[in-house]
Amino acid sequence: MTADQRAEALAAAARGGDRRALARLLSEVEDRTAAGEAAVRRLYGEAGAAHLVGVTGAPGAGKSTLVAALVGEARKSGRSVAVLAVDPSSPITGGAILGDRVRMQQHASDPDVFIRSMASRGHGGGLAGATIAAASVLAACGFELIFIETVGTGQSEVEVASIADTTVVVQAPEMGDEVQAIKAGLLEVADLVVVTKGDRPGAERAAAQLRGMLTVGAQHDRALGDRPRPKRPDVLLASGAIGTGVPEILAALDRRAAARGEHRDRSPAAALARAEAQVAGLLGERIARRLRDPQHDARRLETLAAVAAHELDPYTAADELLALLAAGAKG
Amino acid sequence: MSERPIKVLIAKPGLDGHDRGAKVLARGLRDEGFEVIYTGLRQTPEMVVSAALQEDVDVVGLSILSGAHMTLLPRITDGLHEAGLDDVLVTAGGIIPDDDVPALEAAGVSRIFGPGTTIREVAEYIRGNVRSRER
Repeated sequence: MTADQRAEALAAAARGGDRRALARLLSEVEDRTAAGEAAVRRLYGEAGAAHLVGVTGAPGAGKSTLVAALVGEARKSGRSVAVLAVDPSSPITGGAILGDRVRMQQHASDPDVFIRSMASRGHGGGLAGATIAAASVLAACGFELIFIETVGTGQSEVEVASIADTTVVVQAPEMGDEVQAIKAGLLEVADLVVVTKGDRPGAERAAAQLRGMLTVGAQHDRALGDRPRPKRPDVLLASGAIGTGVPEILAALDRRAAARGEHRDRSPAAALARAEAQVAGLLGERIARRLRDPQHDARRLETLAAVAAHELDPYTAADELLALLAAGAKG
Repeated sequence: MSERPIKVLIAKPGLDGHDRGAKVLARGLRDEGFEVIYTGLRQTPEMVVSAALQEDVDVVGLSILSGAHMTLLPRITDGLHEAGLDDVLVTAGGIIPDDDVPALEAAGVSRIFGPGTTIREVAEYIRGNVRSRER
């Protein structure tokens, strides 16, 4: 079977509801096989309807517990839900512990919920390299709501905001003072901030502090004119473990999805940003792959050796390698 | 394409709460370069099967110390078979008497690791017996 035939067979079965075919297809996409790529080419046109919700925040903040609670809430209205949960790969061995399912197993046997763990496999930014392609496959297979849970992030892993329609930043109580709340980075990309572990002492206060600081400067927004304006996210309090606050969060997500539907034609900025993130990532990968072709590999290694020996600067090296590919493309 | 890491599901079916061994093994297999999906305690056979299916794992490793292995493990291997996952390698560990091993092997558990097994032995067994991917 050729890669294209395999892609066609898997894509057709997955779209027809065959969960095993879907799981196999996601592996092909994750492993960057020719069949995986062919399948995404085939399915991408059908992948525009789902609401992609990114969920990010520090390790242990409660992302998986919140996602599990939101999945349960969305299932009450009969919607099909998928989860892509990313955990880090070891930079040393390539191995990984993918532990997000621990909090989600109550949904494991629900046929309208599909949960898939992904190892980051060396990709920075809090996601795996193939996360958005995997989300496209799930969307094309009819999942209406897709949660993308990042690895536990620090202050600046904001990539998820460029691929999700809505970004939820999860913050546990007692994780810092008001100065943390006004720092640039992760909190700036939030469409919604959720303070988790809402049953703990200090949670209300953390939410109030975040609310206070995230609205600082709101009066100044208009004066920014055409310059990029900060988002002004709602701050909600939740306890995924005991279920409080969860319906309100899902309602806030649904309002965003509805607004997105209305404004889709008028404000394509977010869609363009997502397109750019996807294409830019693939461009980098393809350039790296072509440089490893036998016809270029010796030259690539020579150039790297020259940079390592400080005989050539990295800017010139990059320009020379790009020129090499361009000359190869013409010839 | 770079080599694909072997994906292993580590699950604890049934009601015993002793997960130290499963966690140590998960950690050890991580260090052997495997991608380990850990699902935690108190898994029903149905949960194990659907996690194996959704995650497209190569191996299901089951840790059981409750004595319910003769009930739970065949239900899992049957479930995997019904889900079309016959190419998934199933191993088990924990406290399983030698007398029960032949019946479990007949039910589709390919290898049972008893107390004293090293992580290296488990990793080498998996590498030597895991399915090869159709590509």
